[in-house]
Amino acid sequence: MFRNQYDTDVTTWSPAGRLFQVEYAMEAVKQGSVAIGLRSKTHIVLACVNKANSELSSHQRKIFKVDDHIGVAIAGLTADGRVLSRYMRSECINYGYTYESPLPVGRLVVQLADKAQVCTQRSWKRPYGVGLLVAGLDESGAHLYYNCPSGNYFEYQAFAIGSRSQAAKTYLERKFEKFTESSRDDLVKDALFAIRETLQGEKLTSHVCTVAVVGVGEAFNILDQETVQTLINEFEISGEEAPINESNVEQSGGDGDGAAPDQRGAAAEEGAAPMDI
Amino acid sequence: MPSEQKLGSAIVDTVFANMVSSQNESSLLSSEGDSQRTQYPYVTGTSVIGIKYKDGILMAADMGGSYGSTIRYKSVERLKQVGKHSLIGASGEISDFQEILRYLDELILHDSMWDDGNSLGPKEVHNYLTRVLYNRRNKFDPLWNSLVLGGVKNGQKYLGSVSMIGVHFEDDHVATGFGNHLARPILREEWREDLTFEEGVKLLEKCMRNLLYRDRSAVNKLQIAKITEEGLTISQPYSLKTFWNFAAFKNPTVGAEGSW
Repeated sequence: MFRNQYDTDVTTWSPAGRLFQVEYAMEAVKQGSVAIGLRSKTHIVLACVNKANSELSSHQRKIFKVDDHIGVAIAGLTADGRVLSRYMRSECINYGYTYESPLPVGRLVVQLADKAQVCTQRSWKRPYGVGLLVAGLDESGAHLYYNCPSGNYFEYQAFAIGSRSQAAKTYLERKFEKFTESSRDDLVKDALFAIRETLQGEKLTSHVCTVAVVGVGEAFNILDQETVQTLINEFEISGEEAPINESNVEQSGGDGDGAAPDQRGAAAEEGAAPMDI
Repeated sequence: MPSEQKLGSAIVDTVFANMVSSQNESSLLSSEGDSQRTQYPYVTGTSVIGIKYKDGILMAADMGGSYGSTIRYKSVERLKQVGKHSLIGASGEISDFQEILRYLDELILHDSMWDDGNSLGPKEVHNYLTRVLYNRRNKFDPLWNSLVLGGVKNGQKYLGSVSMIGVHFEDDHVATGFGNHLARPILREEWREDLTFEEGVKLLEKCMRNLLYRDRSAVNKLQIAKITEEGLTISQPYSLKTFWNFAAFKNPTVGAEGSW
């Protein structure tokens, strides 16, 4: 994307019907380190890559527990993500206090999306620069949603956001059909494989990634480093299949329940507004 | 002149002192003059009884609305549906019950407007009512009701009660007012998890008959409501058969000549 005369403020439309500031916010998500999510009928796994600024510093937290039945992984401006996580926790706690019952995740994502939309229509605000993968359970089962800075949200069987997420998405697109019936442990393994794809040859260890699970009968919890390292060792030792690293993705319509048009296709036509990845 | 000035300032001082003290009084303890608070109920309904049975919940309440000691209204519906899954029965001030029904109507409306396949069940409604009643109680302006809330959602039966001060609990059988004293002992003896519909109705009628004999504000016109996973039905009003032909009633002064 190049600078143009319509991109200074979020309240200015371009002649092609685009809000550039919102699109720039979505760029910020693409620059963040990867976060992925996948779900079965009963469990959802979130995983992310932790990039520390330097060897001396700790890495930023990208996965947050929102309630026993909801968790979120973020990519982009982590500060914005932190603030939105606090909002989500607050909403869950208030609902639980009034109704003695967990807030259905479908309603939480709509509230989040409405909050993001406000920032796309106020001249004194800016859009949130963070994409959220919201994993949660409600009466109708396990759900994975992607909330984006534009105020849109989509439901997914599996998804990846952040830099080099395309590699993870390729892997997930090949495997997603069997996710519904997967066991919890297979789901975690697939998440780790997908993360490995995005590392492009770097060694996958539990120091560079974080994994969290939520499911029926299992409250949202972040797996500790040892557990993750053990799982990684298991599949590396057993020499499980190394998924092929394709850079040319075929446009596949089967990306779970989400309606996410192919990013490359949109970029090819300059006039069209690129939708969320 | 000094004395006039002193008098003047004395008057101003007392006026100011009065203003300050009455302000203090009204901000700490609302006086009758400047706030509307419920002090006592006017038109009231008496007991409500609720029991769990094999397929769901059964609830009974009579249709009386008393105005003090007068039985003023005899067709008050005290059992109402709430959304898809719940049933509410109210005793206490009828106008406050009508207000509660308006709150619940709005609650259910906003819940349906999400249009997302989720819906508030009886547990959620019960908790919501508890919050409303407790908060009003804290403002010294209670909704003068004792409510029974029952329902079935996803196969789970739920029955709870909440009072005007926000005391709430769940149980297999609940009652309000006199029902606690006259109906619950019967239920403690005779209630079972697997009551059929007919057995449940007979049990409720036994309790209601007891209340009819002994509760001065009871009227002999009642409704029984049933809620199951399939749905809710509230019966048409009907009356219970009563027996008054006791020897002691026929000749009440036999043991005390001269009395009436």
